[in-house]
Amino acid sequence: MNSRLKWRPRLTDGTAPVLVVLAVLLVALAFAGPAYSEPAGYLALLKRAAPLVILAIGQYLVIVSGGFDLSVGSLVTAEVVIAARLINGDDGNTVWVVALLLGFGVLVGLVNGLITTRLLVPSFIVTLGMLLVLDGAVFLWTGGAPRGALSESFRVPGRGSLEIPVLGQVPWSVLILLVVLVGAVLFMRGGTGRTLIAVGDNENAVRLAGGRVDRLRLLAFVSSGLLAALAAILLAGFAGVSAQVGRGLEFRAITAVVLGGVLLGGGRGSVVAAAAGALSLEALFSLLKLVGVSGALESAVQGVIIIAAVAYAAHGAGLRQKLRIRKPAPALP
Amino acid sequence: MSEVVARLDGITKSFLGVPVLRGVDLELRAGEVHALMGENGAGKSTLLKVLAGVHRPDSGRILLGGNEVSFATPRDAQAAGIAIIHQELNLLPHRTVAENVFLGREPVRRGQVDRRAMVAETRRLLDWLGEDGIDPEAGVVRLPVAQRQVVEIVKALSADARVLAMDEPTAALADHEVELLYDLVARLRDRGMAILYVSHRMREVFDLSQRITVLKDGAFVTCSPTEELTSDQLVRHMVGRPLDALYPERPTEPGEVRISLRDAGNDRVRDLTFDVRAGEIVGLAGLQGSGRSAIARAIWGVEPFTAGVLERDGEPVRIPNPRTAVRKGIGYVTEDRKGEGLALRQSVRDNALLVRRAALRGQAARRASDLAALLKSVNVVAQGPHQEVRYLSGGNQQKVVLGKWLAVRPNVLIVDEPTRGIDVGAKQAVYQLLRDLAADGMAILMISSELPELIGMSDRILVMHEGAIAGALPAGASEEAVMGLATGHGIGEVA
Amino acid sequence: MSVVQEKVSVVRRAAPQGRRFVLTPTVTVYLALVALLVVGSVLVGLKGGVLLDEGGILNILTRSTVLGLVAVGQTMAIVTGSLDLSVAYLIGLCSLVAAETMAGDTSMIAPAVVLVLVVAASVGLVNGLVITVLKANAFIATLGVALILRGYLEHNYTGPAGSVPRAFQHLGYDRIGPIPAATLLMLLIAAGVWWYLRRTRTGYHMYAVGGDIEVARLSGVRTSRTIVTAHVLCSLMAGLAGIFLASRLGSGAPYVGMDAGYDLESIAAVVLGGTVLAGGRGGVVGTIGGVLILSTLDTVFDDLAVDPFFKNVVRGVVLIIAVALYARSKGNGRTS
Repeated sequence: MNSRLKWRPRLTDGTAPVLVVLAVLLVALAFAGPAYSEPAGYLALLKRAAPLVILAIGQYLVIVSGGFDLSVGSLVTAEVVIAARLINGDDGNTVWVVALLLGFGVLVGLVNGLITTRLLVPSFIVTLGMLLVLDGAVFLWTGGAPRGALSESFRVPGRGSLEIPVLGQVPWSVLILLVVLVGAVLFMRGGTGRTLIAVGDNENAVRLAGGRVDRLRLLAFVSSGLLAALAAILLAGFAGVSAQVGRGLEFRAITAVVLGGVLLGGGRGSVVAAAAGALSLEALFSLLKLVGVSGALESAVQGVIIIAAVAYAAHGAGLRQKLRIRKPAPALP
Repeated sequence: MSEVVARLDGITKSFLGVPVLRGVDLELRAGEVHALMGENGAGKSTLLKVLAGVHRPDSGRILLGGNEVSFATPRDAQAAGIAIIHQELNLLPHRTVAENVFLGREPVRRGQVDRRAMVAETRRLLDWLGEDGIDPEAGVVRLPVAQRQVVEIVKALSADARVLAMDEPTAALADHEVELLYDLVARLRDRGMAILYVSHRMREVFDLSQRITVLKDGAFVTCSPTEELTSDQLVRHMVGRPLDALYPERPTEPGEVRISLRDAGNDRVRDLTFDVRAGEIVGLAGLQGSGRSAIARAIWGVEPFTAGVLERDGEPVRIPNPRTAVRKGIGYVTEDRKGEGLALRQSVRDNALLVRRAALRGQAARRASDLAALLKSVNVVAQGPHQEVRYLSGGNQQKVVLGKWLAVRPNVLIVDEPTRGIDVGAKQAVYQLLRDLAADGMAILMISSELPELIGMSDRILVMHEGAIAGALPAGASEEAVMGLATGHGIGEVA
Repeated sequence: MSVVQEKVSVVRRAAPQGRRFVLTPTVTVYLALVALLVVGSVLVGLKGGVLLDEGGILNILTRSTVLGLVAVGQTMAIVTGSLDLSVAYLIGLCSLVAAETMAGDTSMIAPAVVLVLVVAASVGLVNGLVITVLKANAFIATLGVALILRGYLEHNYTGPAGSVPRAFQHLGYDRIGPIPAATLLMLLIAAGVWWYLRRTRTGYHMYAVGGDIEVARLSGVRTSRTIVTAHVLCSLMAGLAGIFLASRLGSGAPYVGMDAGYDLESIAAVVLGGTVLAGGRGGVVGTIGGVLILSTLDTVFDDLAVDPFFKNVVRGVVLIIAVALYARSKGNGRTS
């Protein structure tokens, strides 16, 4: 075993296909649209994709540990509506509202996680309930339509850019996305991240190994809530206030994660692949627009893709494993 | 000689180029128990699945009553009169006994399932087996494991099976339940059923079977009447070499007391007083349900002691959960390897580091530099540290479980059925490993229902009976002495 | 929950206990319904209204009709260990197919109904085949099909289309005493599904497949066929719901199913009725109880003039509490 001598990047099972898909899409974009002949086009794509990628990373953490988070879409809507109402167009309010939004995301994640782990309700049901509660509560509070307005400074992370030497104008959201992604990758490579995947695979084994299963699951839900809040801030900045902003985002995030080859039910998949899945989705939508497919068909395409991705995972993984058995098994040391 | 009910002729089967069965012959006769033996990976389960219609053979013939048949699905095999009792019980816990018995073959009358007929027929078969204590309309979830096995057998009978194949049917049974099963199998045999019996346990095979077929590496080795074989010969056929020193030498003097119980107890066990010292292997014997595993789970903090004192290196300690146990330097290899021991879809590496990451903090939890040495010390054979453990053999999986505990350097190790479901060769490796660990100063508490193994390995044996220690026996005690205490009859030396 | 604790509870349960009244989820849900009716009546009474007058009963039952149809279908999918997220868009599609085929012509009623059922059955067939042949997780498979349906609807429709003849609107509005005819029809169908699940072989096999698909397969059950059947029947029920809505609205509406959230709501009703999300346990009787609870809640809130959005909040809370209670009482395993 000479892994220390010959280190090479190791892709988790199922990561490679989505990277290939992503690469193909990015190349296709370059052919389809003149905007993609220079880096700025791709930066714009990244900027558009940032909220979904961040949501997908949060969803990944929950799915890989064996759960579902259906509440993120309505959480995003709630966060945006709250932001508009509390900021009310005043720049002075930005900072504390941002803090409050992040706190609210954490709180929602905490409630999801606590009910799942303490009351033993399947997370599908818990987060479905949370979805209903958030949908209702926010509109109850705002009276049905979003009120107030965002401030200029609040919208900076979502649509502003930072001048960086060499690269030129780099959107804030891309930088934030990079930070989140690097953080998530480091976390998943570490002991806690590996244990989180093991929880999704066999929580009894982790519990008997002395692991705190409930805390790990809670951590996943809280991260998902926090990242949803972050995604909402970016999305609000980018697209403005609307009561529909988060609609269907939970399914889109789940699609992205599944597209990344992550196993529903937990125990397998990489966070990079989940992020790549989200980016692929967004790239695909851009491509469809460029070649003139109606926006209305977007969801139909998403539907076909999600089925194809899962079918490929189900059949492809078996095939790969079968091919692998053919190799003789040398002694490990 | 009795009639040949089923014959397998030159069965071969490969999975994508890897031969698993290489021309296996097998003859099953009415009124005969035919034992199928072989190490893990010898192809027994695959052969069974060919017979059950789960796999189709690449070549070779299956003959039933002289006619060649071919099964596309388990359904076809069932219709042809072949019933299989798989290793994991195949029952739906939330359906009734009768519903399980007739699953897939429900009688239909005027468009709906004839429930009355189902219940009546199930009751008739239960009576026939002398198992009238089971209510056909009870939910299976309420039945103890042994009775669930009876339900499986009734399921086979109701399908008019002429051939019954049983894959390690005693693996989940308590000892007195094993006796009942023997009895049942003998009765079925006497009534003309052809029985194929797969087991790792020598004694069962010699007690029950009339004929033994041995497979090795997917190939047919021998088939002979049971009375013409000795157990040494059988082992040699299975392993291909004599296994003279199955159990390693016992070492020298034990060291200081590592763990000590004083009048400890909880809901399941009581008045436990014993020590385990560095360097010794203490065996824990007893019937299933006698509290053997409950002691392990109590020390381990799953169901902690509520009375008495638990001392660790001479200090009284409280262990309310597994996390504390790990941090106090105790390791626990559970009896349920797949359900509680391993995260099967994770790599060898991730499983080996699981305890360290889950229970330790900071630098200690992150350390992985010693992984290679660790896996080498338990001698895991795998393609590499990144192979998923579900693709390893049972023996290698068990070595990974041991490695996972050694990674946190405990000085007390509790092992519960450490060799369950692994083959003879791997068993020997596990025995040697445990003995080496003891020689290095580990205190080991070993639980096993296989008496020869327990007696062969232990420096002394504590025998449990109904939640309390019935007595202690020295190394090399006889099986009779252990069974006497375990069943509440004999008297041993008090610890 | 962990096997560790499960083991304990199994042992405790094995302790001898007499046959006493068991609080199964089905019993619980009807007790909860009675309690809700009492509390609701009192609250509405305090406001000077009557909950269970003719209008109130009519209201509850009308609300229950569509949800009942969808949820009864969903019960079959969930019992089989699957679930169907595509029903909401399918309802919209079916209402359009019905209204556009009829186009105000009485003679086209029968062909339209047949066509709707064919369309619905085909969608169910696709769902089932994607799950069994492509081996996609049911959640993903039906989500994918839902998205495809949605794309079709968004691409082709912007609003209501087609019209049903006046004669057909009788289905939506006729009643017998205080009870809408359609509700009776729904209950009749529910009874049929109850019989199907509890008395026929396919029904038995649905429970078996949902309980443990491997066990079912090894016992000779045709598992794929069972799953496909469950999905076809589930979609047929959604088709019937679409027909009923077309009759009430007078035309087809693409988003009528989605706006009411029938996908998740029907799952909520099934789970509220005590059917285990993982499959293998539960049934139609509980589901109808769950449906009645949800529509009674709605009606009570209407009578109390509570903000409509508050309903969602309460629904979410009720759902979580109910499932938590079931999990408590049975020591169930967690499934997702």
